[in-house]
Amino acid sequence: MIGQRILAALVLLAGWTQAFAEGGAVDDRFKPMTFGVFGAIIMLTMYVTYRAARRVQSTQQFYAAGRSVSGLQNGWAIAGDYLSAASFLGIAGLISLYGYDGFMYSVGWLVAYITVLLVIAEPCRNIGKYTLGDILAFRNDPKTAKVVAAASTITVSTFYLTAQMVGGGVLVKTLIGIDYEVSVVVVGILMLAYVLFGGMVATTWVQIIKAVLLVTASILLVFLTWVPYGFSLPDFLSAVIGDAKVQVQVAKLLGDAATTMTPDQLGQRFLEPGLFLKNPIDQISLGMALVLGTAGMPHILMRFFTVPNAQAARTSVLWAMAIIGGFYVLTLIIGTGAALNVGAAKISSFDAGGNMAGPLLAQFIGGGADSILGNFFLAFVAAVAFATIVAVVAGLVLASASAMSHDIYVGVIKGEHATQGEEVAAARISALIVGALAITIGILSKGQNVAHLVALAFAVAASSNLPCVLLTLYWKRCNTGGIVLGMLVGSVSAIGLMMVSPNMTYPKLERAKAQKVIDAGPAKISKIEAELVTLQDAAKTKAEASLKKLRADVTKAQGTVKKFEGQETSFLGLEKPLIELKNPGIYSIPLGFLFVVIGSLLWRDRRADEMWEELYVRQNTGIHAEAAAAH
Amino acid sequence: MSQQPMNWVAIDADPRFQALHKRKTSVLWTLMVLSIVYYFLLPVGAAYTPDLFKIKVWGPVNVGILFALSEFIVAWGIAYYYARTANRVFDPMTADIVKNAAGMKGRAA
Repeated sequence: MIGQRILAALVLLAGWTQAFAEGGAVDDRFKPMTFGVFGAIIMLTMYVTYRAARRVQSTQQFYAAGRSVSGLQNGWAIAGDYLSAASFLGIAGLISLYGYDGFMYSVGWLVAYITVLLVIAEPCRNIGKYTLGDILAFRNDPKTAKVVAAASTITVSTFYLTAQMVGGGVLVKTLIGIDYEVSVVVVGILMLAYVLFGGMVATTWVQIIKAVLLVTASILLVFLTWVPYGFSLPDFLSAVIGDAKVQVQVAKLLGDAATTMTPDQLGQRFLEPGLFLKNPIDQISLGMALVLGTAGMPHILMRFFTVPNAQAARTSVLWAMAIIGGFYVLTLIIGTGAALNVGAAKISSFDAGGNMAGPLLAQFIGGGADSILGNFFLAFVAAVAFATIVAVVAGLVLASASAMSHDIYVGVIKGEHATQGEEVAAARISALIVGALAITIGILSKGQNVAHLVALAFAVAASSNLPCVLLTLYWKRCNTGGIVLGMLVGSVSAIGLMMVSPNMTYPKLERAKAQKVIDAGPAKISKIEAELVTLQDAAKTKAEASLKKLRADVTKAQGTVKKFEGQETSFLGLEKPLIELKNPGIYSIPLGFLFVVIGSLLWRDRRADEMWEELYVRQNTGIHAEAAAAH
Repeated sequence: MSQQPMNWVAIDADPRFQALHKRKTSVLWTLMVLSIVYYFLLPVGAAYTPDLFKIKVWGPVNVGILFALSEFIVAWGIAYYYARTANRVFDPMTADIVKNAAGMKGRAA
């Protein structure tokens, strides 16, 4: 019954969305096919949800899929939960525009799982039940621990969720031209359908389906891109760096420094560091946030409660690392392949961040913008991108909803006295609240630059959750005072530093930068105009193109000046950033650890002390660990 | 489900648990430090020894690309080594402790 109603709603939705779709990378002629591919994938996930809905009655099913997910399945689900649109499309895009630096950027996202594997996955499975709060409440004061853990879970998830909703809305608009608001609402409703009816069971399967589709699409793209070069890495990369489009892009990035370089040097430069990532301290700061933050992400932690035991948790991280790492290696070929076949100019004309590199490469490989196969490939990649957003968002909403219902409602308000039925109902209502909030935030944040929110989510998780979990698990003296102070200082310092960092908008600086362009414009324009008379053929066309670009830049700068007219400071009253770094981790992570230690030493907590042996024995041995549902 | 009460202090003090604790602590933190150091060599190397990264080794493939690829191999290698050690060494030690846990009463009890 529920299935039929969902189906009817979907058919309506599909018709409605198509009416709203104008523009985008997919040509109008191929829109029906694209919606067909989208529909097929959505139907598949809905079928899975329908099947799951019949199973999900107990809290263990709703939060943890009955702890009956196998290590292999959970590995795929972790990959599905983790490979967000930012890593799927974003990293391929960075490689296509900036070459080597994009590839270097991807490494940290895999290394992060070493921390998860070594010190987090198995202990958390052994002592935890459903949430981050359960882990911290084991030896610390349960109510206090659950309140701070839930607050942190909701904070981290909201940052990540906002980035996903906004990124997803923009992405779907760029791909197929659906209105931003419509796509945010569609993503929200679908995700809610999975979480509300199917809980963790459906969320897990949606993530598995998405990861399998993503990996299939990537392998196919890499195979077809690489075939003409006989699968030789040197031959393929030689073609990439020998390509005029790549050389022009490098010359553009280097600016004046490029004038003395030969085309060969420019091409080779694409494979060398320094075109995108300029500040090594910033990179180390981001790296720290990734390597320690992934292990503190509530939606990733939650995945380890779905497997039957610690061994399966270990196996699932191994599979996740194989899938995620393999995916990033493939991304090297996808990104450079897009730079070679599509070109940076065309990629950034759709999206300045390069997000369209993968989809446009798919279109090219299939035969180009006018071919049916090319557009089928594009539609497929677009649908995978859509499934990606929905799967990641579902995981985040489930994590936040669990924190609200399991930690706050049942743990604190009801004092652990709630029936299974009451708790599942509370979890569904929480999911509804979080889902509605996500949709609202998504719509309100339209047009905002939210890219830094992903880095912020990782920084907060690394500075507050991870120090608390790690020290609770491995340090005898850790106690309630430590986790309260650590959570507070870690998250507040990460968020505070981000708010005074260069990620925020500083009207005065923006205006000054734009004014510089306006001031320098006329001289440059008249210089080219003077040269234009003497130039011919190709050189003339090139000069005309740069003239056009110059004029556009000046117009844009004038717009910027006008936009910030009368504004002097950022919303915190600052004229310029207080710190140079875009990533706060390098300061906030040590602060988080330091204050867990300080808080623990200042506080006296007999329970935390008395529970230490039990916690340490149980996290290592799995004695009395939550068992899987019998079936 | 009724759970048997355990004497956690006694289990913690048991030589078998202490042996597991020592083996695990040394393996885990060694691998952790190793992986973090190797990972941060990449951005630090790219920033401070760019000339090294530019040396061409295999056609246009340079030291930088090979080093970045080696990061994946090292990460997988560490994960594999840990899993193998856990399966072959930690799991049997743990199973032994779990089997005898109920009998570990300590001197006081």
